[in-house]
Amino acid sequence: MRVQRWTRTSKLFTGATVAIAVLLAAVPLVFDPDVVQKLTILLYLVLLAAMWNALAGYGGLLSVGQQAFIGIGAYGTVFFTGLGVSPYPAMVLAMLAAGLISVPISFIALRLRAAQFAIGMWVIAEAISIVVRLDQNLGAGTGISLIQLNQYAPNFRQAYTFWLALAFTVIFLSALFFLLRSPLGLSLQAIRDDEDAARSLGVRVASRKRLLFVLAGFGCGAAGVIIGANTLFIEPGSIFSVQWSAYMIFMVLVGGLGTFEGPILGAILLFGIQTTFTQGGPWYLVGLGATAALFALALPRGIWGTLEERLGLRLLPVGYRAVEKKGEERTA
Amino acid sequence: MTLLKVEDLDCRHGLLQAVRGVSFEVAQGETVALIGANGAGKTTLLRAIAGAHKPHGGRVLLDGADVTSMPAHRRVSLGIALVPEGRRLFPSLTVEENLRVAAARRGKWTVQSVLEVFPLLQPRRHMAAANLSGGEQQAVAIGRALMSNPRLLLLDEVSLGLAPIVVDAVYRSLAGILGEDTTVVVVEQDLTRALKVASRVICMLEGRIVLESAASSLDRDRVVSAYFGLKRPA
Amino acid sequence: MTIVNAVLQGIFLGAFYAVLACGLSIMFGVMRIINLAHGDIAVLGAYVVFVIVQGTGMSPFVAFVVALPVMIVLGYLLQLTILERSLKSGILTPLLATFGLSIVIQNLLLIKFSPDVRSLGGEAGAVTTSSWQVTSGLSVSALGIVILVVAVLVFGALQLFLSRTRAGWMMRATADDADAAELAGIDSRGVYARATALAVAIAALGGLFLAIRSVFDPLSGPTQLIFAFEAVVIGGMGRLWGTLLGGLALGVAQTLGAQVNPEYSALSGHLLFLAVLVVRYGGLRLSFRAAR
Repeated sequence: MRVQRWTRTSKLFTGATVAIAVLLAAVPLVFDPDVVQKLTILLYLVLLAAMWNALAGYGGLLSVGQQAFIGIGAYGTVFFTGLGVSPYPAMVLAMLAAGLISVPISFIALRLRAAQFAIGMWVIAEAISIVVRLDQNLGAGTGISLIQLNQYAPNFRQAYTFWLALAFTVIFLSALFFLLRSPLGLSLQAIRDDEDAARSLGVRVASRKRLLFVLAGFGCGAAGVIIGANTLFIEPGSIFSVQWSAYMIFMVLVGGLGTFEGPILGAILLFGIQTTFTQGGPWYLVGLGATAALFALALPRGIWGTLEERLGLRLLPVGYRAVEKKGEERTA
Repeated sequence: MTLLKVEDLDCRHGLLQAVRGVSFEVAQGETVALIGANGAGKTTLLRAIAGAHKPHGGRVLLDGADVTSMPAHRRVSLGIALVPEGRRLFPSLTVEENLRVAAARRGKWTVQSVLEVFPLLQPRRHMAAANLSGGEQQAVAIGRALMSNPRLLLLDEVSLGLAPIVVDAVYRSLAGILGEDTTVVVVEQDLTRALKVASRVICMLEGRIVLESAASSLDRDRVVSAYFGLKRPA
Repeated sequence: MTIVNAVLQGIFLGAFYAVLACGLSIMFGVMRIINLAHGDIAVLGAYVVFVIVQGTGMSPFVAFVVALPVMIVLGYLLQLTILERSLKSGILTPLLATFGLSIVIQNLLLIKFSPDVRSLGGEAGAVTTSSWQVTSGLSVSALGIVILVVAVLVFGALQLFLSRTRAGWMMRATADDADAAELAGIDSRGVYARATALAVAIAALGGLFLAIRSVFDPLSGPTQLIFAFEAVVIGGMGRLWGTLLGGLALGVAQTLGAQVNPEYSALSGHLLFLAVLVVRYGGLRLSFRAAR
């Protein structure tokens, strides 16, 4: 019996993933700005899904308030460019700000369990959105444009935004990947399976959860930065909307809660649905909500999770497998 | 006349098999003691008979009727009552509310007659169950089961966590209840008490029945070796 | 005087929040579920009353009596289809399923009724507009009194139900220990269904009050949910009368905040909520540990 980490499939797939990332970098050089803008959306959807999954799937933290950090990221960009910082460095600063703000928030939020945490995060998002709404410099209730971005020609602006989005997505996915492969990742799995048992074994549950929370703070902030840069106009009603949580929940539930590949699949699905049904509107949302609820009730492991279970499939080497060597006798 | 028949019962907790292929019968009016070490499957078996645990396979028949897929609350109306391990009273309800909330069937047991059998509960009638002592809680738990005037009374470890003097008192009260036309299956860790109160003994080990015998024709050595699984084939 | 008036108006507002919160508290107390669609169900109730009023011209209060059975049936359906299934799964499932339901309800209402904002204040007649000047600077509105009285009656009736009736004891027993309740002959499924129906009915009452005292539209649900949840938490989760007090406290916090700046109204409530969280779940415990 061997304990194996890398299988041939996972080696192949990891290689393919790296290749995809490199290929994606070439997108702005090949496609029109419109297409690039659309693909930027795909990137931030992947990022959002991965971050929400990090919280809920690996940390058991169901947050309905991550839009707080999305908004902080977007408005952070406005804030820093207002101080005279160049737009793209301002975006990085805004992302950092979102992550740093998540630290004090974690000390309140993480005291709460389950439902209280979910709605508590929502309240925090609402409170932050109200504070932003009161600030005239940030455009108050009507919103504000990122006019400083107009200094770039549209092609360049779209390309820079895309590359920043790609960089963010790669960085955060890699961070999550290495986190899950580390001893930290194992303790996270233990927490997810049985928190009290894990605590009694000495796993520092609180600090592990805080790590995930702050990572998600940085990640959702990064997504918010991209969302703002991609649309140029930021309005508190929509950037702080609980709709973002709805999208995140849909992507992760349908894709596969607690798997690494699942959220990516869910993001691709949502992106596909969004671009096909550009009309959008209420029927589309009814469909999303009903699907999310159905998956929660009937297919809790999501598409990927169910596939993984049925086929024993693991494309990226995040877990371990026990493998029987050929010819070895089974004992007991 | 057979009141309870258990046929080839198989119960699991997830992947763990707690009860494996258990079959036995209990005749009307009998008192059977179910003994065995912790983890032998006694509680799971009782819960399966009462309807609180869905078996993986096998059947439970009450008076010939198959109740295997019937939910617990319906079995109470058919006359099966379980006094659960650890008493499991409703802490926010008073003694009287705990008794009254249980489903009642017609019969000699009412709130009044229960309080007569357990006179120590009379002054505590309106006390919240959470504030009672262990022995008082056990009395209420038994009383609660009696409220449904059961034909089959299942008692899971009534002596658990109680001082010996208190256990004596509980069993004395039980003597007034048992030996009527109620059929009883009692799970008891204390072998001496079990042998005293029952006419038949069933011993379980790792989910299986390893010994079944009349209490009178049993000697301690046989019981001990069955209980601990000594002298098993290698 | 303005502070006293603000507190008084806050109490009237708080009574409304308490009614909204009551159903949420019941569902949490009995089933440990936070129904994220609770606010939307209240809004749905408002729309049902609205439709009846539009169709028949009767007073919204009378229309509510007609709407009530409809909402109760919906409550039973909700429990038997979604909530029961989600109870059996993990802790996250009820939250996720009810969140999805919330989105569905909001958007179905949007499709049927358009985003237009509506109100039933006019149809409710004199009660909406009457008020008494107690002293200069202190005014008491008829509607405020009505809602306050109804809130107290609802909580009182609920208390009586839970402490004096067998059905109420069964609900408390199932809330304490559903497994032991089943073993005692209590149909826990039935108890849960009744609890949900009760919660939905009271939520609909909250919707009626929302429609009369203010305006509503298909997307009003989440706001009501947040206020209801804040009221429950401020008053102490799982405490019936705590929810009433929590609602009142929230209302007063909002009206006092509005005194400083009208835009600070909701924010004051959020801050009170967060402060309660920190004190109850955070800071206080730490200081006890340090003291020892």
